[in-house]
Amino acid sequence: MSYIAGVGLTPYGRHEGSSSLDLMSKAAAMAIADAGLKRSDIDGVLCGYSTVSPHIMLATVFAEHFGIRPSYAHAVQVGGATGLAMTMLAHHLVDSGVARHVLVVSGENRLTGQSRDASIQALAQVGHPEYEVSLGPTIPAYYGLVASRYMHEYGVTQEDLAEFAVLMRRHARAHPGAQFHEPITVADVMASKPVAMPLKLLDCCPVSDGGAAFIVSRERTGEAGIRVRGCAQAHTHQHVTAMPALSELGAEMSIAKAKAASGLAISDVRYAAVYDSFTITLAMLLEDLGLAKRGEAAARVRAGYFGRDGEVPLNTHGGLLSYGHCGVGGAMAHLVETHLQMTGRADNRQVRDASIALLHGDGGVLSSHVSMFLERVR
Amino acid sequence: MNEKLADWTMGAEAIVYQDCAACGARQYFRRSFCAACGAPSPVQKRASGEGIVYAASLVCRAATPETRAHVPYNILLVDAAEGFRMMGHGENGLAIGDRVAARFTQFAGRLVPFFEKAK
Repeated sequence: MSYIAGVGLTPYGRHEGSSSLDLMSKAAAMAIADAGLKRSDIDGVLCGYSTVSPHIMLATVFAEHFGIRPSYAHAVQVGGATGLAMTMLAHHLVDSGVARHVLVVSGENRLTGQSRDASIQALAQVGHPEYEVSLGPTIPAYYGLVASRYMHEYGVTQEDLAEFAVLMRRHARAHPGAQFHEPITVADVMASKPVAMPLKLLDCCPVSDGGAAFIVSRERTGEAGIRVRGCAQAHTHQHVTAMPALSELGAEMSIAKAKAASGLAISDVRYAAVYDSFTITLAMLLEDLGLAKRGEAAARVRAGYFGRDGEVPLNTHGGLLSYGHCGVGGAMAHLVETHLQMTGRADNRQVRDASIALLHGDGGVLSSHVSMFLERVR
Repeated sequence: MNEKLADWTMGAEAIVYQDCAACGARQYFRRSFCAACGAPSPVQKRASGEGIVYAASLVCRAATPETRAHVPYNILLVDAAEGFRMMGHGENGLAIGDRVAARFTQFAGRLVPFFEKAK
């Protein structure tokens, strides 16, 4: 048994003068306070990585900086899936008695701490150093390749993909911490600058500064009981060149295992938090997870299915596409927002019922997947 | 361990793949063993350079001054006739399913495979 006992999230965007450790510390302090704990209660620390300030021992660097002496601490690196992978590990750590309160934390000054070119370059290195990176692809190009194939096989159009950017922006407008609040339309997405076709600027998440944290505890620490009901991973490849067929991707494997682990079905899901580094990522994952039929996710967006008042509200903070993406913290914001929704604290974004949530993270080029069900218990 | 057959990643105008004598699997990323069955020393072979476009993305925003000089450039995944998949550059406007053949070109100071529509 494990509970998400508390959450912390900074606004995403520009945090001029803040280091990665500053942003991590800020989010960690918020999460500890939210859980009603003291810093000294934290006996486990899991952290992500920072491309701006890489370190071989970031968890202990953070623990010393923050002023805690955990009995268990290390970093985890699974790209965009890191946040949920850490949550899964924290769940097992507290469940098996290794730690009582695990702080899961990440933060990065990715926007103001380095040039945009440096960020794009750093991320392109998920490609194969000899057989891919030397060809000059970027992360959008890896996903652009996948998008071209997905569109070809399932008849998805660029206008369909644009719907996801518009939805995430509409959601972000209701969150004061989001990086972008200006409304956009499908036409705006279509007219935005080409990046790696078929992906255009507004199909891509931004680079942001920000920090996110949560506490995973063996017992609930407050009134809210948000429990990890079941989770699973799947890792099929690293490089897009070695990616299996679209019908054999890891998301389908991890969700099948997570459903088995939790005893839940997709029809039980009341709220969804799905990785959205690019519009194509979100479209594919929704369909791989079974939240929409193949090729029909965009139609569900148009029908309001994933809106705040829809059947399965999705990324109501605006996701990576519009709340922002500061690296590992990016997808952790999805979990923070899910927790706020499940505990009835999402202000004007509050959905009717978030009693059971499905979260999914993706790292690399649809390489690493983590699926997780959270459940509110009374 | 056999000597490495030179390919484009080493500056030679060739595409090389490996063929496992034990299980028949083909792999593109060079290793000293077969990733499918673990058998040692898969046989190195030169590919014909012929294949079919599996996916394509025209890169319009590059991240380094060297690559920016080439923008826009088309990145392809090509299913080689020999049964492995590879990444390469290609003519703008190539579409999924097109039959292509490789030549080689300079890109950002390196030799890279460049696919053109097969005649």
